[in-house]
Amino acid sequence: MSARPIANTRTAAGMPTGKLAVWWLIASEIVIFGGVLGSYIMHRLAHDDWAVQAAYTNTWIGAFNTLVLLTSSLSAVLAHQAAESGDGKKAARLLYATCAGAVTFMIVKAFEWTTEITHGFTITSSTFWSFYYTAAGIHAAHVLVGAIIMLIVASAAKKGRDLHHVELIGLYWHFVDVVWIFLFPLLYIAK
Amino acid sequence: MAESIPASHGDHEVGHHEEQGFVSKYLLSTDHKVIAMQYMFTGMAMAVIGGFFAYAFRMQLAFPGMDVPGWGLVTPNDYNALVTNHGAIMIFWVAMPVLIAAFGNYLIPLMVGCDDMVFPRLNRLSYQIFLLSAIVLMASFFVYGGAFGGAWTMYPPLSAKAEYSLTQLGSTIFVLAVALEFVAFLMGGINFITTAMNSRAPGMKLYDVPMVVWMIVVASILFMASVGPLIAGAIMLLFDQNLGTAFFDPDRAGDPILWQHLFWFFGHPEVYVVLLPATGIVAEVITTFSRKKLLAYRTILYTVFGTGVLSFTVWAHHQFVAGIDPRMAHVFTVTTLLISVPIAEMMFVYIGTLYGGSIQYTTPMLWALGFLVTFLIGGVTGIFLGASGADIYFHDTYFVLAHFHYTFFPIAIIGTFAGVTYWFPKMFGRMMNETLGKIHFWGTFIPFNAIFLPLFYLGVAGQHRRIYDYSAFPELAQYQDIRVFATSALLVMLAFQVVFLWNFFHSMFRGEKAGANPWKANSLEWAAPSPPPHGNFPDGLPECHRGPYEFSHPDREEDYWPQNQPA
Repeated sequence: MSARPIANTRTAAGMPTGKLAVWWLIASEIVIFGGVLGSYIMHRLAHDDWAVQAAYTNTWIGAFNTLVLLTSSLSAVLAHQAAESGDGKKAARLLYATCAGAVTFMIVKAFEWTTEITHGFTITSSTFWSFYYTAAGIHAAHVLVGAIIMLIVASAAKKGRDLHHVELIGLYWHFVDVVWIFLFPLLYIAK
Repeated sequence: MAESIPASHGDHEVGHHEEQGFVSKYLLSTDHKVIAMQYMFTGMAMAVIGGFFAYAFRMQLAFPGMDVPGWGLVTPNDYNALVTNHGAIMIFWVAMPVLIAAFGNYLIPLMVGCDDMVFPRLNRLSYQIFLLSAIVLMASFFVYGGAFGGAWTMYPPLSAKAEYSLTQLGSTIFVLAVALEFVAFLMGGINFITTAMNSRAPGMKLYDVPMVVWMIVVASILFMASVGPLIAGAIMLLFDQNLGTAFFDPDRAGDPILWQHLFWFFGHPEVYVVLLPATGIVAEVITTFSRKKLLAYRTILYTVFGTGVLSFTVWAHHQFVAGIDPRMAHVFTVTTLLISVPIAEMMFVYIGTLYGGSIQYTTPMLWALGFLVTFLIGGVTGIFLGASGADIYFHDTYFVLAHFHYTFFPIAIIGTFAGVTYWFPKMFGRMMNETLGKIHFWGTFIPFNAIFLPLFYLGVAGQHRRIYDYSAFPELAQYQDIRVFATSALLVMLAFQVVFLWNFFHSMFRGEKAGANPWKANSLEWAAPSPPPHGNFPDGLPECHRGPYEFSHPDREEDYWPQNQPA
């Protein structure tokens, strides 16, 4: 492991290096989801009959998960606030709360998918369901990875180390949230 | 700048003076220069493989059915796998790693005057993933069914359905390798952009940044902004191949054209992703060896930004024949012809820089001038293909093939040689042999034109691409002499690469000592010793006092004025 290079400590662009990098990471993720959702929307506009398939998705479960994710973002913001004031222990507790939101989201999702698959709506049933599982699946992978990184950040913050990481993981978490805000109406509400 | 350079630099040095073994020094290093070399040597090895593939299928085209020395009989499946992987390797595993990753890694920290990339370990990880992707790609040649042969563009249904491609495993591995490579370059790109934005030397304003750094940064941004849809598409294609989804299957309400949109939305900006670093290298070389200030620095920058924005609006010119709405084809014809304007402007500015300069015909300068000449031909022939009416005739002929080799060869080969010969003294502390360098230049430049100029003629004569043996087509079989000529020129060109390899490795150990600034250039990398030690600037990180192109300033005796020299 090498020492932190001086390059990392400079801020010629007026923003800490880590934060700048996270913004660029989010920029690159936006186009990935943009590709999936753009393809989905183009397909959807050309196939009115997908509405029949979409009618089988469970809007209430989707709405509940939206609520869970948005609430978990609140605790991420509060964690950032705590980290700013130097209270690493409180920040860690709030990040754990966010992780709990992520876990709830994943459990509900697992329950939802199991029900759908046992009712015969699998990834190969139709192109709508292919998009449904692919888009939500890529998003779920982001939730999972985000939660794991959040646990690492939280355990460091608890010992008062790398408090600035709390803000960075928060940025990422809000992005994951925003993606879901696009997915929810596109996959669940538009019938 | 809040940092205190000498003090923090001293601390930094302490951590790095213990002896390192070979593995930790060269294989697991986080030093940007070592990682740059790893990218460069991997890229060179892949170029040898890609060149060997070209040799094998060109031999088959010239002498159909003959046992090719070194490969054996090229079967139709071999032929498809060879052309597919030649294309993919040369773009994703040669042009990208060498032009962006190797030069980006080597030059950005040195040229902006700092000690390393902002995220050295991320940098190392990006190389390791890249290396893995290359190994995965090569593995596809050894699996059941053989390597993927459906062209580097992976169009479904050929790529999606095993019953068409006959390479279930090969197709999947190919897509996986490309996806891994993208992940590596996304990490690298974030590192490049952040380093250039944040770690500039005290006093270095945006317009003091050397052109090649700008170009690599803009190229990385273009890559990041364009690759997302293809990553999404790659996931969808992998699902189509292995889970039985039907995203791209027209029989089951999928759309194969969707893939072409996703692919070329990335694929066309990708041309500029590799073009820009090459033009950046050429800008540095031309200015230094004209001993003249780079003409219109800001104009070049604006043309780069213009090219970047426009490059997202041209992709559907690849689908003129695939069945897009003719009205849309009109729009894409206009945008495609428009993008030649900023690039042409850039060419004029480079020629304007040469005008009135005291030109030194060193080896890097020859490569840079060779770039202008050949890329010009590539650009001009692109106009024919961008116009939808003409493209219907030219589509998928050797005219297209010759066109994009006249763009990619100057970019990936000529531009790279310009950069390698120019920065070699910095990289290894020794000079390359000029005579051998010039022999290698002419031995590459002339055969290159001899290979591809005749292919324009073949294309206009109607020779379709992707045909394994033309002797079955009477109206095309008559051009066999031209095919033999092109293949012979290729053999000559490949033979001359031995001169380069010898010059490269011999000069690395036995060349004349270079000194810190052998070309008397201005940018900050020349302020570091050659080769730069870990941490780059042992006498403290430099400060920047002026732009990088102050050559032949009237008030000065010397004809150059380094950026770090106080006024």
